[in-house]
Amino acid sequence: MPLLEIEGVTKRFGGLVANREISFQVSPGELVGVIGPNGAGKSTLFDLLTGFQAPDAGHIRLDGVPIAGLRPDEISRRGVGRTFQKLKPFGGMTVLENVMVGAFQKTADPRQARAEAEDALESVGLADRAHVHARVLSTGQRKRLEMARALATRPRLLLLDEITGGVDQRSIPDLVELVRQLHAGGTALIVIEHNMRVIMGISQRVVALHLGEVIAIGSPAAVTSDARVIEAYLGRAYAG
Amino acid sequence: MRPRLGPLAAFVLLGAALAFPLVFTLPYPRDVMIRIFLYAMLATAWNLLAGYCGQISLGHAVFFGTGAYTSTLLLQQGWLGVWASPWVGMALGALLAALLSQVIGFPVFRLRGHYFAIATIAVGEIVQTVVINWDAVGGARGLFVPIKRPDSLINFQFHESKRTYYYIALALLVLAIGISRWIVRSRTGYYFRAIREDQDAAAALGIPVARYKQRAMAISAALTALGGTFYAQYVLFIDPESVLPLSLSILVCLVAVLGGVGTLWGPILGAAILVPLGEITRVQLGGTGKALDLVIYGLLIMIVSVVQPGGIMALLQRGSRRS
Repeated sequence: MPLLEIEGVTKRFGGLVANREISFQVSPGELVGVIGPNGAGKSTLFDLLTGFQAPDAGHIRLDGVPIAGLRPDEISRRGVGRTFQKLKPFGGMTVLENVMVGAFQKTADPRQARAEAEDALESVGLADRAHVHARVLSTGQRKRLEMARALATRPRLLLLDEITGGVDQRSIPDLVELVRQLHAGGTALIVIEHNMRVIMGISQRVVALHLGEVIAIGSPAAVTSDARVIEAYLGRAYAG
Repeated sequence: MRPRLGPLAAFVLLGAALAFPLVFTLPYPRDVMIRIFLYAMLATAWNLLAGYCGQISLGHAVFFGTGAYTSTLLLQQGWLGVWASPWVGMALGALLAALLSQVIGFPVFRLRGHYFAIATIAVGEIVQTVVINWDAVGGARGLFVPIKRPDSLINFQFHESKRTYYYIALALLVLAIGISRWIVRSRTGYYFRAIREDQDAAAALGIPVARYKQRAMAISAALTALGGTFYAQYVLFIDPESVLPLSLSILVCLVAVLGGVGTLWGPILGAAILVPLGEITRVQLGGTGKALDLVIYGLLIMIVSVVQPGGIMALLQRGSRRS
């Protein structure tokens, strides 16, 4: 059974259709990439999957159970974690405290939450920054922090919104490696990413969105050679 | 890391506070200290909702008034029968304030940021206006707390000396600080701060944001109501102007902001500065000083906002880092 089923999901904002009849599935442990130009509806799709928006039509099921329309916290507690394109660290709290907030989802004991947060920070390579305030972190470190925070909730499905956006070139390989490790650990992932080399390198399947619609879905090789994807997003230079 | 007064410093302070009435036997210094404790306690309660959970309320006088009116009315009307004691009224007042906070919170928490603060002002004004026009609760004339003699703890009235009031106020402050500290270190405290920092991120981590805001409001309201009952038993007269005014809500906020919001000790520090300051202007200028103390408060807040928005606690922290 698929972990996540998205079936005919549509979201309108007034006259604008941000997502139109989107359908695809994610299997347990699978890594699905989502690509598309700005305004294609990628982040809206994440908002629908995590309860920040309710779809106008269609079904979203996690383990066969409908989750569309549930509140974000309810969906999180069912095992769906996410990061935000516009990063949202708890700036006035330390890095460790940020991650403890995530860990508290599974335990009320501060000592246990702390131990789990330390593990999560270790896994994203932020252990040495545990006691600084989150607001002083660089963009790359903030992305790691958001991942650690989401990981601490022990999600079965993790949605990452732009892993390399705004990050300096030298940090990209480390972040990509981190995503690979998460995937190897058995977490299913949906990753929005603009860096084509990155997304094609890590994804098992790629979903291409354009103007709110799925224009291609399949293996990275199949999607990059799809004429509509080249036309809408990649450009002829990429194909050539 | 925020500055933390070590347990030793806390014990020294508590020891000094316990010994104070032994050294200062006149009513006036004791009265000033009682007011410091009361405002520190109210600011501690406010701080849980506003400082930690980030929901700036400017209507907390409603809960203070709920405490004051509940215990006083119960006493006056004799509804409690053999249980007639302000302590029972205090507990019921806290419970009623917590319930009332849920009713207020349900619509008001749909608003965020400044809009929430403005809505709480409106609620405060509405409640004050209703009480002013409600004869059954004394209307604008207010209520006298029935005098009981002799002095006794059960009656919560002490006419011979302010000493017992002093210790009760101190105990209430210690209770408020203790509850705050316990909450802040628990999962609930982490959730409050996460909500303050970013509600969406908090929700994405599984925090039921609305429920936790309501929880913060209930605890804060209940503690504030305890202070209201104390005030009624201490002054023995309440009216909408003394226990339900907007100026009280604002003063409680100022105490916490000056000392340092989102810190355990900030409210105590703020009260220790603002209350004596209010006394000085009152003593020096009499009735004409009423507005001047607000001018000075305003000036202090402006200075704090410009120099150190984290309040005096943050200033101390900066100082200790340099040394």
